Amino acid sequence: MQQIIDFFIRNKNFLLFALLFVIALQRTRSAHSFHQTRYFGSTHAISGAFLNWKASLTNYLDLMEQNELLAQENKTLRAQLLNPINTLGKGSVSEPYHFDHVALHSAKVINNNFHKTKNQLTLDQGRLDGITLDMGVLSPQGVIGIVTHVSDHYALVQSILNTQSRIVAKFQKSQHFGTLVWEGRDPGAMQLLEIPKIAPIAIGDTLVTDGRSTIFPEGLPIGRVVALTQETSNDYYTITVAPFTDMTSIKHVYTVQRNDALEILTLEQTGEDGTN
Amino acid sequence: MGQTNWLSELGRFFLVLLLQVLLLNHIRLFGYINPYFYIYFIILYPLTGNRTLLILLSFLLGFGVDLFSDTGGVHAAAAVFIGWARPLFLKFSFGVSYQYNTIKVPSAPLQQQLIYVVSIVFTHHLLLFSLEAFASRHWALILSNTLSSSLFTSLLIMGAFYLFSTKNK
Repeated sequence: MQQIIDFFIRNKNFLLFALLFVIALQRTRSAHSFHQTRYFGSTHAISGAFLNWKASLTNYLDLMEQNELLAQENKTLRAQLLNPINTLGKGSVSEPYHFDHVALHSAKVINNNFHKTKNQLTLDQGRLDGITLDMGVLSPQGVIGIVTHVSDHYALVQSILNTQSRIVAKFQKSQHFGTLVWEGRDPGAMQLLEIPKIAPIAIGDTLVTDGRSTIFPEGLPIGRVVALTQETSNDYYTITVAPFTDMTSIKHVYTVQRNDALEILTLEQTGEDGTN
Repeated sequence: MGQTNWLSELGRFFLVLLLQVLLLNHIRLFGYINPYFYIYFIILYPLTGNRTLLILLSFLLGFGVDLFSDTGGVHAAAAVFIGWARPLFLKFSFGVSYQYNTIKVPSAPLQQQLIYVVSIVFTHHLLLFSLEAFASRHWALILSNTLSSSLFTSLLIMGAFYLFSTKNK
């Protein structure tokens, strides 16, 4: 017994280190798993309140720029109101949005990062404000991510600039769809996978969300093709996409929820259960 | 003497933490290079100080940075590792004589100082970026991030030595 106690006392530094290191790794692992109900990070009450306070101080620094963005969005929306047929009927978006199918919330970004490989944003709205898991998040310019964690007053968003992010995107004009991913480093360059070489696409084409996923409604802008190469080794294009949103300066965002998502998922679930 | 020392360590702990999460996390030189200056605390922790306490404080410091940057536990893991392994870095850079309390890190010869700072920063950053990417297929990115951020952090730490240690000379 004495020897065991001696052993612990002699190696107390290593044992303490090993214990803390394992705790840290455990936290890393759980932060990497996509869905997590118990999460301790920037959505926690204390650090969330601190970040909120910090955002309220620094918000004044770029008010001009943010006002400009909101004014531009207002302009676009007004143009759509005044010319309903011209704008909504344009392109191949089959139907205009049914607003009773989509619930919108506005929120402020209180923490944003884009220089890491797993980037996330923190919003100042949470469960009590009606934010739920798997809501889509939009900036005035386009899609920016998906809600992955919610606490009472804050929500954490997996940015499209996250190597784990997978967004289904389609071409506005040709209906071909693929998966939009990010491989790190450049906040202005994402990769669109699985577009076959037979697809008639060109540099400058606009990518929008695909209604097939239940997260985003169909036809929300995502980004534009900036580079296009054909590999000889396979039948797919290598496509680089620049997101419409400047991910390095986001303040005001909207969360969207498809009210028909539950119905679709339940239907698909019963379909699977029935066939199996 | 002991009491004021203890207080100034505590002050430095919170100072580097606040500096890191409020200011340095937002630098993003060339879009992605960030300095992780907070390990300045671990580098400068008294050489004769309690090792167990250093390990605990390193963990808390990393944990604090993690909390504000949503990185899970990567900073905590990297910081607690260098906090624990610090005697190895000291022996490697200054020889065994560091144990006799004759050396002050900010006033040591430049060459030894550089070896100490760069080796500890590089180890911390390598561990940090590897854990953050969480997959070995990003190794090129891990290495280039480690090298560029290490350079930046080391420069800041050496700069801080010269800024705050003039009275020792």
